[in-house]
Amino acid sequence: MKNKKPNPMRSFGTGLLVLLALIIYAYGFQVTKVNLAETKSERRQEQLFRILRALARPNIFAYEKEVFEVRVPVMIPCPAEGFTPPAVQNPDQPYMIVTPSCSDPRSKVLVQGFNFEPQTRGPLNLVPHESGVNLQLASIEVDRFGQFEATVLLPNRPSEESHEIVAITRRNIGSPHLTKTAYDTWDKIVETVFLALLATTLGVIIAIPLSFFAARNLMKEITSTLTGMSLSILLIPIGLYIGAQFASLAEWVSRTMVGNWLIVAVGILGFPFLLTIGMRWALPQQETQTPSAGLKTIRLSTLFGLAFIFVLLLYLISYLALTAGSALGDALGNLGFLGFFVRDLGDILNMLIKVVVALAGAGVLSSMAGKWSESLSRQKGPLVRLSHTVLAVLGGATLAALLLAVIYWLYQFRDAQLYFIYAIVIGGALGLLASVLTKPASPLLSGLVVYYVARTIFNALRSVEALVMAIVFVVWVGIGPFAGSLALALHTIASLAKLYSEQVESIMTGPLEAIRATGANRLQTIIYAVVPQIVPPYISYTMYRWDINVRMSTIIGFVGGGGIGFLLQQNINLLNYRDASAQMIAIAIVVSIMDYISSVMREKVV
Amino acid sequence: MLRIENLTKIYTGGVQALMNVSFDVPKGQFLAVIGLSGSGKSTLLRCINRLIEPTSGTIVWNDIDVTAASDEELRRIRRKIGMVFQHFNLVHRSSVLTNILAGRLGYVNPAWSLLNRFPKTDMENAYKQLERVGIADKADHRADELSGGQQQRVGIARAMMQNPDMILADEPVASLDPVLAHSIMQYLEKINKEDGVTVLCSLHFLDLVHRYADRVVALKEGILMFDGLPKDIDDAKFKDIYGRDAERVG
Repeated sequence: MKNKKPNPMRSFGTGLLVLLALIIYAYGFQVTKVNLAETKSERRQEQLFRILRALARPNIFAYEKEVFEVRVPVMIPCPAEGFTPPAVQNPDQPYMIVTPSCSDPRSKVLVQGFNFEPQTRGPLNLVPHESGVNLQLASIEVDRFGQFEATVLLPNRPSEESHEIVAITRRNIGSPHLTKTAYDTWDKIVETVFLALLATTLGVIIAIPLSFFAARNLMKEITSTLTGMSLSILLIPIGLYIGAQFASLAEWVSRTMVGNWLIVAVGILGFPFLLTIGMRWALPQQETQTPSAGLKTIRLSTLFGLAFIFVLLLYLISYLALTAGSALGDALGNLGFLGFFVRDLGDILNMLIKVVVALAGAGVLSSMAGKWSESLSRQKGPLVRLSHTVLAVLGGATLAALLLAVIYWLYQFRDAQLYFIYAIVIGGALGLLASVLTKPASPLLSGLVVYYVARTIFNALRSVEALVMAIVFVVWVGIGPFAGSLALALHTIASLAKLYSEQVESIMTGPLEAIRATGANRLQTIIYAVVPQIVPPYISYTMYRWDINVRMSTIIGFVGGGGIGFLLQQNINLLNYRDASAQMIAIAIVVSIMDYISSVMREKVV
Repeated sequence: MLRIENLTKIYTGGVQALMNVSFDVPKGQFLAVIGLSGSGKSTLLRCINRLIEPTSGTIVWNDIDVTAASDEELRRIRRKIGMVFQHFNLVHRSSVLTNILAGRLGYVNPAWSLLNRFPKTDMENAYKQLERVGIADKADHRADELSGGQQQRVGIARAMMQNPDMILADEPVASLDPVLAHSIMQYLEKINKEDGVTVLCSLHFLDLVHRYADRVVALKEGILMFDGLPKDIDDAKFKDIYGRDAERVG
């Protein structure tokens, strides 16, 4: 046993901590404006109960109502000869008796009703003689025997003629049917689910490749010399430009082709054939000998030509999808959305080709830069030293100019030319400094730079709520579910890319090492050693995100992003709590169904 | 023929894994590398195919300077050097066949292998290798469904798919029971004797060294302590290699 001695210092410290905690919570109460008096006030409680009761009766089902009127004459005041109301004609039908059947103004009479529809309610009105005006005397509640009693005060309407007391009750007819709110809710909840589906799909497609750039274990192995980095910086913009021009040329050729249907058909059917044969020849499955320089050149130019044919084929396909989709959409009638989907896919393809080809051009040129600089770094001599310095200066200047161009675009300051000169000079100086500090052959951790940039962007994007992003997209593409799905997709990309990349970081390194030892290059290593290991966690994170997106899409409508949130917010603002309740129930059902489905699928796949 | 000259590896953080290690391995030899855990055996084997970048020194293999090779040259060097690992290092979720075909990745055109397309001759060879290690019926199983001994046989088949001139085996039997250990060592011996493949194999148990190796090098704290025939390791040498307090077992 430990000998526990009372330690006054320690007790004092504990007491101080407790006091501090008390102060923190007290301040918390003040800041959050905890107001217990309000919670106890009768008015507030009444409002609360009213809302809770409204929420408990969601506006989903309703009966068709029939208005039912029962009349009985009454005289104010009693005429000299007295007044006898007409006898009840059919005691099986609803009827009322007034006692006394005539009385002075401002006197009380008893109205009794019989044979009414049980458990109904409505107003009891006095209709002065031939006036058509309804003066409400009381509200009646029919008991379960179909009877009611009400003592009412007669109004000051003396007349020679008889007035009428009218009981208006509403009766349900037939079986209950779905309300308009229910139909609207259904429409919007379907929209919500598909909004989440599109956002998740788009997010996943983009997040998967990006996640590799944010994986430390893959990126830290990528090194390049300063020369290589500078060359890449110089060549990437050029590559982007060349790629875009390449795509434009293919687009132009495809435009000239689309005039003739026969040529388009021959192209779409013949090009894949040509591509397969060309690929087989230019990319032999394996080679033991290093190919000669001449053969390499011929192969490279063949691949270039094949790439052109491929882009051309893509343009033709997008054109075909556009025209055929529109025609189908018009022809299919109710199923027209299928045709329009094909058309939109064609449109998306058409938009993407140029972007992807430009990126591919940048990729090809920067990988060539890498190879060239690697072979350069192997040599020695003043020429290498010189190119090392010159390229570093040029690279630094270009990078600084590009960064400033972004800043200029955002802030649109004056005297731009001057600032650009500053930026180029400073960037060039930094490049010069870097070239002095490094040797031409020393490897720099260029992969880690990409890693940190990617991580920073993902973290920054992730910290912006999807609701805030939706506001920006609403401005861009207008109010509606499209804006919502784009906002959710962006948020999905940021958070999934991070989650995915953490999975890549936690893979077993053994297989990676084994695959590298066989002589596989970087891409092969990723496909054969990394991808098989990350499939299960990727699927499970995708499901998880799909869950989150369904939940998010229910409120993205609050800011105009489409989905059920729009209805919900409207009804809350208009105090239609019964309608809001219907929408809340719909959300609860959909979210729990999605939860169930995703957990089942996760178990099946993983 | 492999020549290692003054090989030194100092990890970031200052740990000296290898200090001025030099030795030659003639073609077709079965060389055992022994030493305590942490003596630098794994580092030595991984420096040979540059899975670990050496700090200094040269490695010359078949008259090519491995330490100065470019990425493309390194790919051509690595594909002729098979590697077998203590923990097998199979890709668990891939099939046995895919794991074995991965041995061809250094040969096939990257563009085709990304689509999981391998030449017909490779497919036939893969089945032949599977048969050779006696697990032809497991081709379509997932790698992690196999037992330890079977997994190591897949590992050997993968290395053999590379049509190697040399195999680096990093404690290939350390996580197997003694019976399996002998069967795996016999496969390596067979490859060494029948196909003339040079084998560098790090081992823990001296009885395995005596039984299979032509020659032994011993490392202690990154320094080459012994280079000679297995039978020349007497008690004094043993204490040099494994420390004063070590007891001989087996």
